[in-house]
Amino acid sequence: MTKEDCQKLVIDIIADIAPDEDLSAIKPEIRLRDQLQLDSMDFLDIVMELRKRHGIEVPEADYSHLASLESCAEYLTPKFPTKA
Amino acid sequence: MAYDWLKGIEEHYDIVVIGSGLGGLTSANVLAKCGHKVLLLEHHYQLGGLATWFTRKGGHIFDISLHGFPIGMIKSIRKYWSQDIAQSIVQLKGVRFINPQFSMDTTFDREDFTRQLVEKFKVPAETVERFFTDLRGMNFYDNNPETTGQMFERYFPGRPDVQRLLMEPIAYANGSTLADPAITFGIVFSNFMSKGVYTFQGGSDVLIRKMTAELKQNGVEIRKHVTVEKILTTAEGGTKQVVGVVANGRTIRCRAVLSNANIKNTVLRLAGEENFTPEFVAAAKAVRVNSSSCQVYLGIRKGETLPHIGDLVFTSDEPTFSSEKLVDLHTTSRTFSMYYPDTRPGLDRYTVVVSINARYEDWNNLSPEGYATEKKRLIDESITALERYIPDVRAKIDWQEAATPRTIEYYTRHWAGTSFGTKFEGLKISMDLPAQLRGLYHAGSVGIIMSGWLGTINYGVIVSNQIDKFLVAMKRAPQALTTVA
Repeated sequence: MTKEDCQKLVIDIIADIAPDEDLSAIKPEIRLRDQLQLDSMDFLDIVMELRKRHGIEVPEADYSHLASLESCAEYLTPKFPTKA
Repeated sequence: MAYDWLKGIEEHYDIVVIGSGLGGLTSANVLAKCGHKVLLLEHHYQLGGLATWFTRKGGHIFDISLHGFPIGMIKSIRKYWSQDIAQSIVQLKGVRFINPQFSMDTTFDREDFTRQLVEKFKVPAETVERFFTDLRGMNFYDNNPETTGQMFERYFPGRPDVQRLLMEPIAYANGSTLADPAITFGIVFSNFMSKGVYTFQGGSDVLIRKMTAELKQNGVEIRKHVTVEKILTTAEGGTKQVVGVVANGRTIRCRAVLSNANIKNTVLRLAGEENFTPEFVAAAKAVRVNSSSCQVYLGIRKGETLPHIGDLVFTSDEPTFSSEKLVDLHTTSRTFSMYYPDTRPGLDRYTVVVSINARYEDWNNLSPEGYATEKKRLIDESITALERYIPDVRAKIDWQEAATPRTIEYYTRHWAGTSFGTKFEGLKISMDLPAQLRGLYHAGSVGIIMSGWLGTINYGVIVSNQIDKFLVAMKRAPQALTTVA
């Protein structure tokens, strides 16, 4: 799992949560909230989808790591199981 | 022998959901979609909690709480239910106020409120803008002790008319008062002001029917006519934990319980004091429930029509707004929810549901004769009040009926018949529940901000996330299960 792959997985989740948003031009370093119409419920959905799809648990104290695509990748990539 | 409403259920579920209000329904759906085995139990013969309806002779269908919700429902319904259900959500544009201080027609959104506050009420545009922006920025975690009344005085000092315009509709929406924390007003009012008031076209019956189909498709086992008597716990292993429920006299085992009952019912009746620390029990007992409501249902005879007088009409003869007067037994404040044929396209029918805020104590302490007399008075006064806007309405009504806080208590089992959940402090009890008793969760109208259709749906999802986390962890560590099974 590279950080680029990880960003892609997060975008896949956002695409399902917010189907009306144009995700083609998201800037990885900018906060998602500043580029998309995402509210706190949407971030909760991201947390639930990460658990459902990838078995990753994001504790409440770490929600701030989900602010941008870049910070998501930084935080989540090490949590994916390395393929044997 | 009585019919076994639990016939054919399994021995064990991941989660038992007690109650099928919108919070319980949404949680059941979200958790089933997460792959958990869900059993949903409802004591009534119909799902929906207060999101409900009833039919009467003459082809009438009365909606209890369809009146109007914020635009956020479209997004929540789409995400936690389906695009199909979300598509039926439509805007109600005719919100109307008629009282001794002002008369006003509005679409009940920020743009229109700003315009009218400036032009009609002569409030400086800069003050209105600052009020809306500050309200949007209010944060649940700020712990600001300011009350709604104090906040109004800060922005609109000496303007009881403006304060009435802001408070009256929210008091009907969630039972809050000028003495409640300003955050409770800020969140709910901002939700509405975003884009106005919406409803579900097709009626509550279609909504709940579609939700039920969705639940079944996602594998939720639904049982009605089933009353949960007790939540079962064990202290084996040192930590107190939920292991099941007793429902209609039968034990059903489960890993977790989500109670969509009132929070006080949940702690003090379903689980019982013995499962909590004395401090927690004291705090739960101290939680104040909100006031309740009366409603008058007026069915218009088939073939008759009503003029369009607005969708939601807030009326009152009180000279100024007062939270106390609003719930008085003899209040003159009423909201008319006008249901035109658009509500259920194709049926071509009209109904009027009159909502009146009320105190449980006033209605619960009446003698049987007194109760009947007061209900009749409520109906008569409501029709007389409606005649001011539709002079010939009385002759068109062929069904009239009233509900009181006692009716709500009977159908929902809510503590003290509340129609609006609890005051702000109830939310902390609800959120702290799983830390007190492992595996027990609560979602339902609580804390004022987690009430109304949107509030309870979203709170159901917030709690579902915690339950999912708990169940996933539990399933990953099966040995932990065997110690309690």
